[in-house]
Amino acid sequence: MVIGIGNEYRSDDGVGLRVLRALKQKALAGTVLIECTNEGIDLPETWKAASVIVIDAVSSGAQPGTICRLDALAQPIPAELSFQSTHSFGITEMIELARILGQLPARLIVYAIEGKDFSMGTALSTEVESSVQQVVAQVTSEIQGGHQYRSTAANGPSSGMSACSTT
Amino acid sequence: MVAGMSHEVAVLPVPGGNDHNLPLAGRTGQTPFDYPDAVRMAKDYPDIVKRGLQMKKAGNAIVSFLGGREVHPINVRVGGFYRVPAKQEFNQLAEKLKWGRDAALETVQWTAQLAFPEFEQDYEFVALQHPGEYPFNEGRLVSNVGLDIAVREYEDHFVEEHVPYSNALHSIHKGRGAYFVGPLARYNLNFDRLSPLSQEAARNAGLGQQCRNPFKSIIVRSVEIVYAFDEALRIIEEYEKPEQPAVEIHPRAATGYACTEVPRGILYHRYRIDDEGLILDAKIIPPTSQNQKIIENDLYRYVEQAIDLPEDVLTWQCEQAIRNYDPCISCATHFLKLHIERE
Repeated sequence: MVIGIGNEYRSDDGVGLRVLRALKQKALAGTVLIECTNEGIDLPETWKAASVIVIDAVSSGAQPGTICRLDALAQPIPAELSFQSTHSFGITEMIELARILGQLPARLIVYAIEGKDFSMGTALSTEVESSVQQVVAQVTSEIQGGHQYRSTAANGPSSGMSACSTT
Repeated sequence: MVAGMSHEVAVLPVPGGNDHNLPLAGRTGQTPFDYPDAVRMAKDYPDIVKRGLQMKKAGNAIVSFLGGREVHPINVRVGGFYRVPAKQEFNQLAEKLKWGRDAALETVQWTAQLAFPEFEQDYEFVALQHPGEYPFNEGRLVSNVGLDIAVREYEDHFVEEHVPYSNALHSIHKGRGAYFVGPLARYNLNFDRLSPLSQEAARNAGLGQQCRNPFKSIIVRSVEIVYAFDEALRIIEEYEKPEQPAVEIHPRAATGYACTEVPRGILYHRYRIDDEGLILDAKIIPPTSQNQKIIENDLYRYVEQAIDLPEDVLTWQCEQAIRNYDPCISCATHFLKLHIERE
């Protein structure tokens, strides 16, 4: 199951939806593709027992376009990867809440794409636009290649649990 | 309204913090007010948090059912909807809302037993008022100090001003200064318009017909959520599918004025349109902007009475004092930097 999260009227906040729509073009067999435009309050019911990849924009101060791949079952989402909105919980809080309430799926990989511009608008910034194809490729490879895929980090954190790369 | 109230539910399990003056916090064990956020609270109070989330989902269900999508609904149009349901299509939604109403009643009971600081000011409460309903989208603008105007007169009585220390504009009543919008304002000015069930819930929670302590806004919000579910079920019960899903609209060059009670208070909106119905200019003043000054006043007064508390506790309580207004700011737990200069 792949869930693209975002708000397409807030510029780079729409990148998760953009990636999801690009994946829809690929007709990936046996994969449910879901667009999520709210804070994800229904996700615990939707993703029950599934193997899930979530894609969303983040604002952490990293270079725009940086892609971080996190295994949400192996570790909590780092606090600096903020998915927050001004009106409700972000997906980080939903994942952590789901963890405490025992509602995480069987497998949960999060692709966090660093955004630059979250103002009103429907266009992605150049840096984020160039990340879209890479994320699509990585996610496709991950789905088609089973669970063996691991990204190589250009300059990732030392924990080894998550990996971030800049395009 | 439930859809709007569903937003408030997300706030309910995100309480403020520790107050050493509160009797509950003095005992061993943590109270709901001791948690910085819902995620940490969920460890010890999972059922309360789950209930809050389920209520929010019930509210979202109304928007998806009628609006076609939870966010940016696509089934709404000027004059009404593109498609309206048949009566029996509401059945599944009604079941969710009945559950929600019961959950909301439990939530009122739960908030009522929390401990709150004693804090009341002489507020001017401003809200919509309507003869036939708890205020939502129609009525006159009234206050507890004699305001009684048509919505179109809003800009004759309220103005936004610059203050030197902030980018945010302050809304003030011309002549009287700061004013207070939101659940307490609605409740205090319209208690008798609440449904009998929600009035009873308020009474059982120990609320009188007036509540002037902003820390208790969480109880008032819960009462409003009871009302919202109750009213939604009443509407469903009395629903007859209309012949047309929308009324016919013939635009003409004019200015339109409206005021809507959204969860945080009155939202004033004005649009000037041309004879094809295109908007030429718009003015939108949301409730959080309107509460800016009163939030600052509350902080000033609260700090006056609480200044001797340890700084970390005081910071926490100030965050809570701000959260009483459920302002449209990030859900970041510690958003406040407190800087105290002592002489």
